[in-house]
Order: sequence, then structure tokens, then C-alpha cells
Amino acid sequence: MKKENIILEAKDISVRFRMYDRGLKKYQLEVIKNLNITLHEGEILAVVGASGSGKSVLAHGILGILPSNAELGGEILFEHQPLTKKLRKEKVGSEIIMIPQSVTYLDPLMKTGKQVQGIKGTKQQQEQAFERYGLKKSVSDMYPFQLSGGMARRALISTAVISNAKLILADEPTPGLSEEIALETMKHFRELADSGCSILMITHDIEIALKAADTIAVFYDGQTIDTCTSEQFRQGKDALHHPYTKALWSALPQNGFCVPENFLRKEYSE
Amino acid sequence: MIKKLQNRRLQTILIIIFSVLVIGVITVTGMTMSSDAYATSFENKNLPPSSAHLFGTDWMGRDMFMRTIKGLSTSIYIGLAASGVTSIIALFLGIIAGMSGKHGSAVFNWFVDLFMGIPHLILLILISILLGKGTKGVTVGVIVTHWCTLGRIVQAEILSLKNSQYVQASEKLGKSKLWIACRHILPHVVPQFIVGLVLMFPHAIMHESSVTFLGFGLPPEQPAIGIILSESMKYLTTGMWWLAVLPGISLLLIVILFEVIGNQLRLLIDPYSVQE
Amino acid sequence: MNQKEILLECQNVSFRYNSGAWILKHIDLQIFSGERVGLIAPSGYGKSTLSRLLAGYEKPSAGKILWKGKPFPETGYCPVQMIYQHPEKALNPRWRLKNSLYEAWNPDDALLKELQINKKLWLNRFPNELSGGELQRFCVARVLSPKTEFIIADEMSTMLDAITQAQIWSVLLKKVKERNLGLLVITHNTALVEKLCTRIVNLKELNQIQM
Repeated sequence: MKKENIILEAKDISVRFRMYDRGLKKYQLEVIKNLNITLHEGEILAVVGASGSGKSVLAHGILGILPSNAELGGEILFEHQPLTKKLRKEKVGSEIIMIPQSVTYLDPLMKTGKQVQGIKGTKQQQEQAFERYGLKKSVSDMYPFQLSGGMARRALISTAVISNAKLILADEPTPGLSEEIALETMKHFRELADSGCSILMITHDIEIALKAADTIAVFYDGQTIDTCTSEQFRQGKDALHHPYTKALWSALPQNGFCVPENFLRKEYSE
Repeated sequence: MIKKLQNRRLQTILIIIFSVLVIGVITVTGMTMSSDAYATSFENKNLPPSSAHLFGTDWMGRDMFMRTIKGLSTSIYIGLAASGVTSIIALFLGIIAGMSGKHGSAVFNWFVDLFMGIPHLILLILISILLGKGTKGVTVGVIVTHWCTLGRIVQAEILSLKNSQYVQASEKLGKSKLWIACRHILPHVVPQFIVGLVLMFPHAIMHESSVTFLGFGLPPEQPAIGIILSESMKYLTTGMWWLAVLPGISLLLIVILFEVIGNQLRLLIDPYSVQE
Repeated sequence: MNQKEILLECQNVSFRYNSGAWILKHIDLQIFSGERVGLIAPSGYGKSTLSRLLAGYEKPSAGKILWKGKPFPETGYCPVQMIYQHPEKALNPRWRLKNSLYEAWNPDDALLKELQINKKLWLNRFPNELSGGELQRFCVARVLSPKTEFIIADEMSTMLDAITQAQIWSVLLKKVKERNLGLLVITHNTALVEKLCTRIVNLKELNQIQM
């Protein structure tokens, strides 16, 4: 929020999947319909929505790793340039980094330290990053399966730190972590953002998102229906505008645990 | 029509049907063929490939195309029989190992390691010689050596299913072991098994041909692809390339066709590729 | 309710896999009828392992787990049922949802309606076609058979958004109160256990392993 420099802009994003019904009939499944987000330099934007509603697809769309039966519509701009195949090849892995959901994305046959260094990082940088996140030196000689959930998560974050990325995509960074490690992760995200990095966090857990994010984009039924600052969300129901966002606030256990009547996912058309 | 062809699933099924047809035609033609089709005729010996003799003729004037078809059908026949039996053994042992807990698994793994530790071909040759070579020797050899991989797949699948949450939940919901085996486990194992079975055919055929080629398999009077290849080696230096090359390529094509069927079936069954 | 019966009991329970490191050591825990217990602990203190022991999925390496004073029945319907964190793993991916739903009993339409299970559209679908929140509703309905007397919810709503979480818990809590079922909630969300439970147990204090 420091500078009004836009890093990532997604306009009218839609993602469709071609699916097979029983037998040979095909149908289209629209997971994202109309998604708009803007991410500034040094900002953490949390896209919050129900699990299984297609949020991860957004990150995959930006990185260009959607499965082959998916179609991506709309426009994605990275630093005001359309994110084409060519630009992606240049930026993904260096300026755009993804922190994946789980350790299974790490190569199981490669020592952790080597993987965290990546192609461009040095041993020294990796050791610094490990120290920063409280990982012992011996961790860099371990294989991914030897790490606990929390250690793996910190190793994954180290990857992002070393790369000096401008944009980090974090897909569900917290499930499987205990509360304290989840909070720690959020603290690390905040530090990264304060050093000028922009973070797009995709999560279903609004409480965790509120700990670090500047802005919350509410994702519902394939669209971003509301965008508000986390400050608004913290202030309470009256500071929020959209009825769904209000319902989301009231449904939190600490805010009344209210069950709204009228927000069920619309069935996708046959 | 064009729209229809874009349908991946339809394409996959068409490819499978085509491959099965080709293999079926070869097998049936070979089996019903009378031995006159490749009878010796010394007027026509050593002819290069032509429209009358597609694969040319050999030093005894036998039509090589007909011999190849006959040989291939014998190989397919033996391959099918052997892999059919060996996969049933694999299924049986895999199920026992998967269901019988720690000790059963240990014994099974020990046996699999034992068989996989010895190179297939050597074991096959030994078994074939032991049983007096011939069709019986080769078939039994292929059966004994080929069950390991598929057996292990079946066992691993059962073990992972047994530990899956929905099977454990089903147990706690009071379902009997037999009910769980039939309703939860079988539907997962059967498709895996079928793909494994189809992918075993090319192996069996290749091994049958190699053992025969080396002289430890089928008797020389039988028109098998291995025999054709080993005989033609003697004539290669005289420039009669068609004797070895064309039957060799045919064998390769058949093996590839089987692989194609297996892989396409897997594409259809595997949940990761089923929507492509 | 005033006469407190012990439903589930851990007597000096210790657990480890084969001869690995101890995951649980000397756990003593009693859960009484009419009680809703929340189990919290930092990661690594064996929350999930204890819940699997209490549901009868694993046997303790030492000590005893008793259900109403007796060991668990080996076969047949288990009175203690568990709801997992990942509903997509708890449902057979090759089954249509109606088969999973009706696996153990026939939930009536009223219950399906309360859980907002869309009977017309969802029952013939496969699990990969529905979202996690929708699938979890099926898992809840599946264990609410009249034979169930105790429910263990292991991070049941961790993967769900706040609204779905509130919806599912409101139904489950209502059923637990109506039928006087035992409930053990395992979660990292302290606000959630405070809302749901009558007693909170911190496994960090109970478990005597060295961290």
C-alpha cells in the first residue's frame, strides 16, 4: 500500500473446463466467471472463498499451468504488460514465484537445500534464509519427506525469499499447520511485503488472511463479489457493504457463528 | 464429423478398436491359413519383395509374408495364453498378499524380489530347457517369470485402499470384510489389472520370440517369428535383407500396437487424464 | 444428565508405530456423557493419533481405551464415529454420492434438508464434482445414524469457509444436543472450541513425550 504501483492486474478472468459426462458427451464447467483483482507493490491481497470453489485455478492461470482441458479468458497484466507465454517464460521462477500448497511439489529425490537455492540462488543466500526462518543447517541436507509440515512450509517460503521475487503467489499456505506456525507464516509474509514484494494469497481461512493481508477479495460463485480492506473487516459488520461479506463476518465463531439463510452455491447449469 | 474427431475420448476408443482389429485379423488369418500358402517352391527362391511376394521369398522359395503372418499369429497366441495365465496368478497372489497382513506381504515381497532379481531372459531360458523346450517350455517360462510386476501392482493397490479413509470408515460403519472387498476394493483393482494385463502381452510376445530366436524355444519346423529371424541371420551376408528386416518390423509393429492399446486404456481409466 | 456416565476413557495410553519414537505417552482422559470436549494442542503432540485411537482405528501400544467400561467391539457398527478433515478422502471416488450416503443407514429427507444436501442434483454425482463443503455434509449425514453414540470431529471444518463451517456445525450441534451424543472436537481454532464445547483439554499438558 506504500506506492500506487500496480504489479498485477487481472481483468474479467474466466476459466472453463471441458469435461466428459458419462460416455462421450462433453460439457463445459465454468469455474471462474468474472474475476477482477488489482495488486499493488508491497501489498498482500487475500482471495478468500469456499474450498473447492476454484480459487487455486486462478494461481494456475497466472502461472500458465492449467490442465489441458481448461480455457483461460480475460486479461492478465504483469507490470502493465500482458502476461503472454513469452513473458511468462521470462518471469515465472524469477520474478513470479509460487509457494505451493504442500511439500509434494518438492522433488522428493533432491536435498532440500539444493532445491531452495534453485537455479539462481547461492548456498550463502540459502543458509541466510534458513537462519531467518529458524531452520537448522542440517535441514539443507535432508530430503523433503524427512521434514515436518512446519519445516517444509518454512523451506518453501525460503525459496521465495531467495528469489527476490516481485510477485509471490501463495496457494492455501496454512492448512495442516498449527495455529502458531500459521501465524508465523503470516508474519513472514508481512515482512516480505514490507520489503517491497507483492503477495497474492489464496485461502479459505479468513481469520488467517486477516492477520497479514491489506486487502481482502471475496470470491463467491466464480466471481470476486467484493473487495474490502482488512481494516474494514476488523471493524466489524457495519463497516462492510456487500451482504455476502457481512454474512461471512457473522459466521466466524468469534462473531456469533451465525448461519445465513440464503447463500448456497448455485448449481452449475447442465 | 470434424467436431466429433476433436473428442479425445472418441479418438482414444477408435485407436483401441483399430489396434484390436489389426491384431485380431493377423491372428485369425494365421490360424486358419493352410500350410500351402508358405509351401516350398524352388522356382521362386531368393526373390526380393515384389507385388507377388510382399516380403520376398527365402532360400526354399517360401513366401515370407505368409510365413511372417503365421509366425506372428503363433507368437500372439502363445503370448495371449501365457500372459492370461500369469496375470491370473498375479491377481491371485496380489490379493492374498494384500489381504493377509504383514507376514503375508513379507513372504510375497521376498518371492517377487527373488524372481525380479534374476534377469527375465535367463530365467526363461532355464525354465524352457528344463521343460524340454518347445511350446510348453516357452509358455510355462513366460508364465513363471511375468507375474511379479502385475502382482506387485495389485498388492500395492489393495494395501493403499485398505488404508484409505473410506474403507476404514466403512469398517466402522459395520460392513463385513467380504462386502468391503466386493464393493470398495474390487472396482478399483479391476481396471488397474486390465491395463496391466494388456501391457503384459507385448512383453510376453517379445520374450517368446527372443527365446525362440536363441534356440531355446519353439522347434525349428514351427513357423514362429523367432525361428524366421534366427534362420535369416545366416542369409543376411548374401544380401537377402528382406528375410530379417521385414518380419522384424512386423513383430515390432505388433508389439507397439499392444502398447498403444494398453496406454490408451490407461488414459481412459486413469483419473488424472480422463478429462483431457 | 446429572448422573455422569463415563463414555470414552483412556487409561494410561501410550502409542508409537512399530518401534519408532513415542507419539503419545501416559495419556489419561475421561469423557462423560452430556459433555462436549474440545481437544487442542500445537502440531506434533499427537492430536490426530489420539483421535484415531479413540475411534478404534488403531490399538494403543500400552494402556487401555474403554467405551462405557469395555473394550471396543471388533466387528459390527462402531458406536464411536469419526468425521475427517478431508471429505474427499473419506468418500469412495468411484461411488455415486447416494451410495456413500446410504452406506450404513437411510437418512431421512428432513435431515438432508437440514444439512442442505440437494437431493435431486447431488445424489447421482461423483465426489470430484462437488466442493469440499458439499461433500462434508454427506460425511456428517452418513455418521448420524441412530446407532451412533459418540462423534469425533477431527479438524472437520478446517478446510471449509466460514459460512459452510457455521452451517454444518449448527446442524451437528443441534443433533448432538437432541440425541445426547458425546462429542470430541479436534481443532486448532480456539474460537471454535470455545463456541462449541463444554470443556477444553490441552493435549500438550497431558502428553508426556519429550519435544
